[in-house]
Amino acid sequence: MIRFDQVHKRYANGREALAGVSFHIGSGELAFLTGHSGAGKSSVLKLIALIERPTRGQVFINKQSTAGIKPRGIPQFRRQIGVVFQDHKLLHDRPVADNVALPLIIAGVPKREIDKRVRAALDQVGLLGKERSRPLELSTGEQQRVGIARAVVAKPALLIADEPTGNLDPDLALEIMRLFKRFNEVGVTVVIATHDVHLIDQVGGRRIVLGDGRVTDAGGPGDLGAP
Amino acid sequence: MNVQAYFARHAQTLVGSLGRIVQQPFATLLTMGVVAVALALPLFLDVALQNVRSATGNWNEAFDLSVYMDKRASAARVAAVAKQLRQRPDVAAVRVIPADQALQEFRENSGFGKALDALSDNPLPDTLIVTPTLSASTPGGTDALKLAVTGIDDVQTVQLDTEWVKRLRAMLDIMRWVVLLTAGLLGVAVALIVGNTIRLDILSRRAEIEVMKLVGASDGFARRPFLYSGIWYGLGGGVMALILVAAAAALLARPVDRLAGLYGSKFHLQGLGFTAGAAVLLAAIGLAWLGSWLAATRHIRAIEPT
Repeated sequence: MIRFDQVHKRYANGREALAGVSFHIGSGELAFLTGHSGAGKSSVLKLIALIERPTRGQVFINKQSTAGIKPRGIPQFRRQIGVVFQDHKLLHDRPVADNVALPLIIAGVPKREIDKRVRAALDQVGLLGKERSRPLELSTGEQQRVGIARAVVAKPALLIADEPTGNLDPDLALEIMRLFKRFNEVGVTVVIATHDVHLIDQVGGRRIVLGDGRVTDAGGPGDLGAP
Repeated sequence: MNVQAYFARHAQTLVGSLGRIVQQPFATLLTMGVVAVALALPLFLDVALQNVRSATGNWNEAFDLSVYMDKRASAARVAAVAKQLRQRPDVAAVRVIPADQALQEFRENSGFGKALDALSDNPLPDTLIVTPTLSASTPGGTDALKLAVTGIDDVQTVQLDTEWVKRLRAMLDIMRWVVLLTAGLLGVAVALIVGNTIRLDILSRRAEIEVMKLVGASDGFARRPFLYSGIWYGLGGGVMALILVAAAAALLARPVDRLAGLYGSKFHLQGLGFTAGAAVLLAAIGLAWLGSWLAATRHIRAIEPT
């Protein structure tokens, strides 16, 4: 599903975030990217979502090299990936339902179909009945679940999340992680960047450890880590 | 995406963008007002020009020839010349104003009654007012007629008041270009004004556009609501410009009627008319759309999620 091949990433300010990263995440896997802050977790996710391009090396998504995707093709490419952000990135002037519906509206799904799928996605994250609420009326944990509903509403085969529990207390964080795990159990490939090793231990899943822009431990496909 | 969903989505965006600009009534009215003023200025000029044009166009009597007879010519001779002129193919009508009648009219209209009484005899000659046919009412045609009439015996002078009309027409032609250039410049201004408003709008909604791009929106999708906002600005500004012009025309109608009355003319001030009004609206929408397209295309491309 995802393959990094000797990927280097140097930003315009000269900082080298990734210095030859290689790993492979198979279809249907649940993988955690971990490591101290600045180790390159976010850079890996940005390269997957084509927010950034590698300076050297290649990234393959679904056996396709992202180098071959032109700027015009990026929107179409991103529609196949669900992305969850630490700061949710919700539209605060729109109700929850509109936020969740956004990827479907962009993809041109008919209105009736949108309503149905938005309710299904909200049901999956336990927010049914909150359709008309504004994001700011919700708790942080609920806002994050809206973000997850938006990421999964278009039924992507790949779900990536950047520190999705960064702002949550431990109980809520575990709840969110279990939510990701449930999506993984129905076949979605899930990649989560988190520094919270304790949380990974609780949920279980493959661990790819980054340090100073390199992979220090790739875990291994199928490795479920500590129970 | 099926056609119905496509149109439904456009309609939704159209209404949505209206809702959004209505949420900021002051800023929206300000933009529309600036657009309206920029549009109204050339429209005022154009309406004024059209009216001067039609007012002078009505004055066909300006092309009449005043033929002053020799004072020694007898009444019979005057009638004979009138008859001779009536037979010409380029003459539509000849009106004879005998010297006595001319004096009478002059006494009544000029206010020089007392002074005229002091004269022992009538200083005015018999006069023929010669109206050329419509086809001969060209500068060349009337000049030829004037030459021919001047050659007739007992004709003292022939007066043709076309010079000022020619000069006025030439000035109006120049004014027409002035109006067109003004309209062109202010049209560009409309596009720039709307473009700049859209640019600020985009910058203030940067975060939202970033999010949309992150979940797979193309530049075109993110741009669409801004194009519709531009269309609303153009439509609103256009309607306000038409109201301004109509109000100005209504305000000027009475004074113009009074002035026309003083000249004995039945001239009335003409407004813009339906076709011209519709054209103004279309032009306003087109210019606003162009401005927002340029601004939105440029600035939305520049916003990339980080």
